Amino acid sequence: MDLILEGIKKAFLLLITLDPEVMGITLLSLQISGTATLMSLFIGISAGTLVALSQFPGRRVVVSLINTGMGLPPVVVGLFVTIFLWRNGPLGFLEILYTPTAMIVAQAIIASPIVMGISLAAIQALPKNLRLQILALGATRLQMVWILIKEAKLPLLAGVMAGFGGVISEVGASIMVGGNIKGYSRVLTTATVMETSRGNFDIAIALGIILLLLAYFINLVLTHIQQRERPR
Amino acid sequence: MNGSPSILEVKDLQVTKAGTLVLDIPALMIEEGEILSLIGPNGAGKTTLLQTLARLIKPSAGEIFFKGKQASPNNSDLEYRRRVAMVFQEPLLFDTTVFENVASGLKIRGMQRPEIRKIVAENLEQFGISHLLHRSARKISGGEAQRVALARAFATHPEILLLDEPFSSLDPPTRESLLADLESILRQTKTTTLMATHDRMEALRLSDRVAVMNQGRILQVGPPAEVMNQPLDEFVASFVGVETILPGRVIRKNGGSFVASIMGHEVEAVGEVELGESVVFCIRPENVTLAVHPSKESSSARNVFPGKIVKIIPLGLYHKVQLHCGFPLVAYVTGHSLENLALAEGKEVVAYFKATSIHVVKKKGGRV
Repeated sequence: MDLILEGIKKAFLLLITLDPEVMGITLLSLQISGTATLMSLFIGISAGTLVALSQFPGRRVVVSLINTGMGLPPVVVGLFVTIFLWRNGPLGFLEILYTPTAMIVAQAIIASPIVMGISLAAIQALPKNLRLQILALGATRLQMVWILIKEAKLPLLAGVMAGFGGVISEVGASIMVGGNIKGYSRVLTTATVMETSRGNFDIAIALGIILLLLAYFINLVLTHIQQRERPR
Repeated sequence: MNGSPSILEVKDLQVTKAGTLVLDIPALMIEEGEILSLIGPNGAGKTTLLQTLARLIKPSAGEIFFKGKQASPNNSDLEYRRRVAMVFQEPLLFDTTVFENVASGLKIRGMQRPEIRKIVAENLEQFGISHLLHRSARKISGGEAQRVALARAFATHPEILLLDEPFSSLDPPTRESLLADLESILRQTKTTTLMATHDRMEALRLSDRVAVMNQGRILQVGPPAEVMNQPLDEFVASFVGVETILPGRVIRKNGGSFVASIMGHEVEAVGEVELGESVVFCIRPENVTLAVHPSKESSSARNVFPGKIVKIIPLGLYHKVQLHCGFPLVAYVTGHSLENLALAEGKEVVAYFKATSIHVVKKKGGRV
């Protein structure tokens, strides 16, 4: 019991005193996962909207692939990104393995299907006649798509939050392609794994608390979005 | 009609959905400034026709002429879509303020902000919803939402307005006040309007002409009184409110009138028919009078039938009385006469109607 209490006490001290190491790790985490989420937003929303608005043979297969992608195991993504970026790999010439850039790429691959799947569902959930109504108001096809995306902005925001939540708490891919290098590619999750294995529970708990706070914040926004009503 | 120019003309229009022909309109002309109602049951093709005219559905065959110019379905139809407006059954408002909703059609056209403000204000005023300007579309009532949807359509200043049952989801008082406002706005702006409805009273009240639709076809088009009083066939008759529809065969002709046998009873009507021809008699319930005993007044009508009241259904201002006089007959009576005559289910009464009040439909093919 003492171990836990002592750990929590020290953890709060680290947080309150804004310990430079803890703050550095947190900031890097937010930077990497934020950038990855931003990338997944472009890929996910455009691809998701495209699939939602088009009819083509094999559409069901594509939709089921996207839905499977929403649960892509991070270690598998880590494995393939590592292989591709390996010195002799197809993209080895980029020389970005064990850098934050590689982590961003891996995380964007994890988050994109999540954003895509939620965008697809969000656009499809809009009233069927809304598309016709927008066209009837004199919109071009492009204007119609843009208005539909704006109409689905809240569920889309939910998609973005879910994508961010997925990558900020992900550890497998980050440790594989980032290498957990101190002050360079060490993020909240990889640091927690390392500090725990070393027995530095105070730092591990402090990092854990930050992750929990982020998760709480994300869910607060999601709950708020879910409780809103659609206009008539 | 009165030689006024046609704004929209449809020729041999056909729409096929999943291999089935859902719309088949050989010809339809819409005059500039007129209000044409499409009435018919669900699935009659009213919505399909409106959406095809709004260029939201591609017809599988046929041509649409807008102001005499052919609008080929393959052309880019953006310009055309910007000259018509459509309001759906659901308001389909955007998740933003009332102002932004009414402004949306104008923003799509790239109009400048100050001009948009002016037009939005005018249209909100017209529909009596100026106070909703900054409200969220999520927080207004159903009636207000439909007003916003109408204001949004009117803001684009459409040359043709297409309304797809815009009142069907509203409660009666809300519907009544919106209907009254829309009527005066349509008359004032002289906007050419096509309105689909399954409420025939709504159609009769608003329109210059009524088109009765069923199974993707237009069965009859004409001024409301004409469609009401001279339905072309049984379907139109039953849909426009003729309660009694009796098939029979002509057995005797005398001058302008003739006698037909209706389920073994002789009923006199007026019209040009052949002996032995199959006819259908349409009798509007308000033209049937009831009495307890045959009176002087009833003796002047040729058709006097004793019968028994089967059922009395209150309909607000009047009561619908179903009779059996050897054939079924429906009469409307006021609450006042219901009391005076002491009408009740099972009571024996005398029903009479004039020969001239019967609308005669000749059966094609002679089948009854």
